[in-house]
Amino acid sequence: MNSGILSYGLYVPRRRLQRSSIYEANSWYAPGLSGLANGEKAISNWDEDSVTMAVEAGRYCLDGIDRTLIESVSLASTTLPFADRSNAGIAKEALNLSDNVMSADQTGSLRAATSSLMQSLQNDSTDLCLAADRRKSKVASIQEMSYGDASAAFLTGSGDVIANYLGGYSNTIDFVDHYRETGADFDYTWEARFVRDEGYQKILGSTIKSALAKLEISGNAIDHAVIAVPVKGVPQKLAAVAGMPVEAVADPHMATIGDTGVCHPLLMLAMTLQKAKPGQKVLLASFGQGADVMVFETTEYLGVVNKRQTEFMQPGLQDTNYSRYLFHRGLLDIDKGMRAELDEKQPGTSLARDRKTVLGLIGGKCTETGVIQFPKTDLPVNTVSRATGTFEDYPLADRRATVLSFTADRLAYSPDPPSYYGMIDFEGGGRMVAEFADIEEGEADVGKQMRMVFRIKAFDELRGFRKYFWKAIPVQRGES
Amino acid sequence: MASGIKDKVAILGMGCARFGERWDTDADGLMVEAFEEAIADAGIEVSQLDAAWLGVGFDAQSTGPSGIPAAVALRLPDIGVTKVENYCASGTESLRGAVYAVASGAADIALAMGVEKLKDTGYGGLPTRTRGSRWDMIGVTGSAPGNFAQLASAYGAKHRIEKSDLKRAMAHVSVKSHANGAKNPKAHLRNVIDIDKALNATMIAEPLGLFDCCGVSDGAACAIVTTPEIAKSLGKTDIVAIKAMQVVSSNGWEMQSDQWDGSYLHTTRVAATKAYKEAGITDPRSQLSLTEVHDCFSITELITMEDLFISKEGEGWKDVLNGLFDADGKVPCQIDGGLKCFGHPIGASGLRMVYENYLQLLGRAGERQRKIAPTFCLSHNLGGMPSQNVSSVSIIGPLGT
Repeated sequence: MNSGILSYGLYVPRRRLQRSSIYEANSWYAPGLSGLANGEKAISNWDEDSVTMAVEAGRYCLDGIDRTLIESVSLASTTLPFADRSNAGIAKEALNLSDNVMSADQTGSLRAATSSLMQSLQNDSTDLCLAADRRKSKVASIQEMSYGDASAAFLTGSGDVIANYLGGYSNTIDFVDHYRETGADFDYTWEARFVRDEGYQKILGSTIKSALAKLEISGNAIDHAVIAVPVKGVPQKLAAVAGMPVEAVADPHMATIGDTGVCHPLLMLAMTLQKAKPGQKVLLASFGQGADVMVFETTEYLGVVNKRQTEFMQPGLQDTNYSRYLFHRGLLDIDKGMRAELDEKQPGTSLARDRKTVLGLIGGKCTETGVIQFPKTDLPVNTVSRATGTFEDYPLADRRATVLSFTADRLAYSPDPPSYYGMIDFEGGGRMVAEFADIEEGEADVGKQMRMVFRIKAFDELRGFRKYFWKAIPVQRGES
Repeated sequence: MASGIKDKVAILGMGCARFGERWDTDADGLMVEAFEEAIADAGIEVSQLDAAWLGVGFDAQSTGPSGIPAAVALRLPDIGVTKVENYCASGTESLRGAVYAVASGAADIALAMGVEKLKDTGYGGLPTRTRGSRWDMIGVTGSAPGNFAQLASAYGAKHRIEKSDLKRAMAHVSVKSHANGAKNPKAHLRNVIDIDKALNATMIAEPLGLFDCCGVSDGAACAIVTTPEIAKSLGKTDIVAIKAMQVVSSNGWEMQSDQWDGSYLHTTRVAATKAYKEAGITDPRSQLSLTEVHDCFSITELITMEDLFISKEGEGWKDVLNGLFDADGKVPCQIDGGLKCFGHPIGASGLRMVYENYLQLLGRAGERQRKIAPTFCLSHNLGGMPSQNVSSVSIIGPLGT
C-alpha cells in the first residue's frame, strides 16, 4: 500500500514583530540592516518553545483523527529544550497519544524535518512528524531580521491520503554554511554569496535534478515547487534550472512569518497544500548539510483537511515591542524583582505521578455520579458518593471554556505583565483556575470563550528545568 | 446536636502590639508587646496559664515551625504550646484552640497568640510560596489581590453592576477605613484619603488599585481566656463572653464543581449561618452592633457584608455607598481601620478583630468608641482565596446577653 500524507497542521504564533522596530532600535549600530527593515516576523511568546509549538501544530493536524491509530511521533528541531529527555515524548504526553508509540527527536540540521518526514513516508505506518524551531539570534544581526518562529505537523500513513508520496532523493554533504555548537546560543554564518553559489545552487540544485530524474517526472509537470530557501530569487533560479515553471515556486513567507528553520520546509508545504487542488504534483526541497527532495501528488481528500486547517489559522497581531521580544529571548536582563525568586523546583516524583494530569490536561469523570472535575481526586467533589477510584480519564485540552472570573495581576511576577488568570468552566463540565496566555488588554472578560494551549508554566533556572502546563487563550475570530 | 460555645468561655484579657512596618523588632518582640498588655489586663500571673496556642500564617518569615517560639519569647511555664496555621484565619484558629480547651475543662486559663513578621521579605505584598507539589504543577502562582480581584469580576457580571459604580463602592470602603484608622494609635496606616485618591491609584490587580488592598504589616495580638466562673472569681465584672466561633473550610466544591459562580464566599455564608444559630441571632442587620470583617481587599469587605446576611445579595455595594458601614452608620465595619489600615499581620489579624470588639464592649476604644453600648460584635476572618478558603465567624458580647 502506498504511503502519503493523511493530514497536516500549522501553527504560527500570534505576535508579529515589525522588522522596522528592530531596525529603529539598532540603526545607530547597523545601518546596513535598512534593506531588511520591512515586513514582520512571527515570534512566539515567553512561554513557548519548540515542544509547545510542535504540540499546537500537532493538535491541529490530529483534529478529528483517532489518536490511538498513531504508531510513532517524531519532533524535528535544532532548538529542542532538552538534550536528554525525549522532547517528542513530552509532545506525546501533551497530545495524549497512546503509551505504545515510538518516539524520536530529529535534530542536527535544518533538514531534520524533511529527513524525518521522508523516513516516515518510506513505510505505511501511521506516523506523526512534528517540526518546530525557535532560534535565537544576536541583536542587530541579519538573522534577527529573518528568523521567525512556527511549527508544523504532518501525519503520514496509508488510506485516505490527501497527497500520495511519489518518492524522494537525498544527498548528505558536510557543507558548513552555518553551524551552532552544542549548547551555544547563536548560529555562526558564512558569507551569503558563498552559500548561494556553492550550497543552494550546486547541492540543492543537483538534488532536485536527481530526484526528478529518479522519479521520471519532468520539471514542467510540477505544479508547486516548495523550495525552502529563504533567499530572494534563489528558489526561482533553482526551479528554472530544473525546468519547473517559475510561477510554481511557493512563497517562502519571509515578509509575514520569517525563516522558521527546521520547520520552514514543512510550513511552506502546509501553506502550499492549503491552496493546492486535487491531482497536483508538489515538490518539496530542503537544504542543510545536503538536501532532501520529495514529490507528492494531491488527492480528492485534500479539501476536507484544508478547510479544517484554514479555520485554525489565527490572525497575526502587529507587535512593535522590541525590548519585550529581547527579554523573552533571554537577550535583555530586565530586573524581575524579588517575586521572581520563587523556587520552581519540580519534584520528579510528583511529575511522574501526575504525568497525565499535568502534561495531558486529563481530568476525571466519575463513573458513579457523572461528575467531571480537574484534577482527578480519590473522592469526587460531589460528596454524594464516597466511593474511591471511580474516575475514568476525561481529556479537557480540546474542550472550549468560558471565563467565570478573571483578573489582570500586576503584582505577581510575569514575563509578560500583567498576569492574566481566572476561573474557567469547560463545555460539558469541569473547571479550573487557569493562567491566560496570548491575551491583550481589553480581551479578557467574564463570559469570554477560551481554548486551551500547552505552554511553559515556569522555568527553574537554578536547575535548568522548565515546567509545562496548560493555559487558556481567547478564541479568536475565525476559529471554529 | 452540639450545645455550642455560647457563654461558656470569657475573655480575661487582651493585648495588641502596634501594627506597622516594625523595622525595630521581630516576631518575639511583637509577641511580648501584645502579651504584656494582655497579662496585665487579665490580672493573672504567667504561671496560671495552662495551655497556649500560636497562630502564624507564614512561619518561614515569622517564627519558624512549632509553638516553641512563643514559649521561648514569652517564657511560658512548661505548658503545651500548639502552633496553628490556617492561612489568614490563623489568628482565629489560635483563639478557637484556647477557647475549646477552656470549654472542655482541659484548661482553666489559656492563651491565644497570633503573630506575623511580614516585613522581613524585602518587598511589598505577601510572600510568594509553594502550595505543595501537586498544586505547584497545576495551580496559578498569582497574588492575593489577583485572587480576590476575581470576585469583583464575577460579582459585577452577575449583578450587572457598572464597573464604575462598583469601583466607587470599593473606594468608599477604603476611604471609610482610612478615616477609622486615623483615629487608632496602634494602626499601621493613619492617613485620611479622599475618594479620588482611591479611584485613581495605581492598578495592582484589575480592578483593585493600591487603596483597595490592605496593609501588609508586622504585628501581634493575643487573648487570655477562661471560664466565666473563674473570671468572676478573679474579680471581673463586665465579662465579655464568646457567643459563637465557627470555622468552615472549602472542600473543593467551589474550585472543582461547577455550582459556585465566583461572586461570593460560600464558606462565609455557612460559617455565618452556624454562628448566628450558635449565638442566637436571628436578624444580623439589626442585632449586630459592630463588625470586623476580613477586608483584605475592598471587594472582599463589600461582598462579605452580603455573605454575613447584613446586606441583600447584589445590594451590598449600595449599602456601602449609603454609609451603612461607616463609623457613624447603623452597622459599623472596621471601626478600628480594619485590615486595610490597622494592618494585616496574618497570624494576628483574627485576634486583632476580637481585640477591637473587646475594647468596644468594655468602653475602652478611646476616640473611636461607639456611643451606643454594643452587644453582639462579629469578627470574620478569612484565609486562602475565594475559590478555596477557610472562613470563620466569631461573635462576642456581654455575658448573658
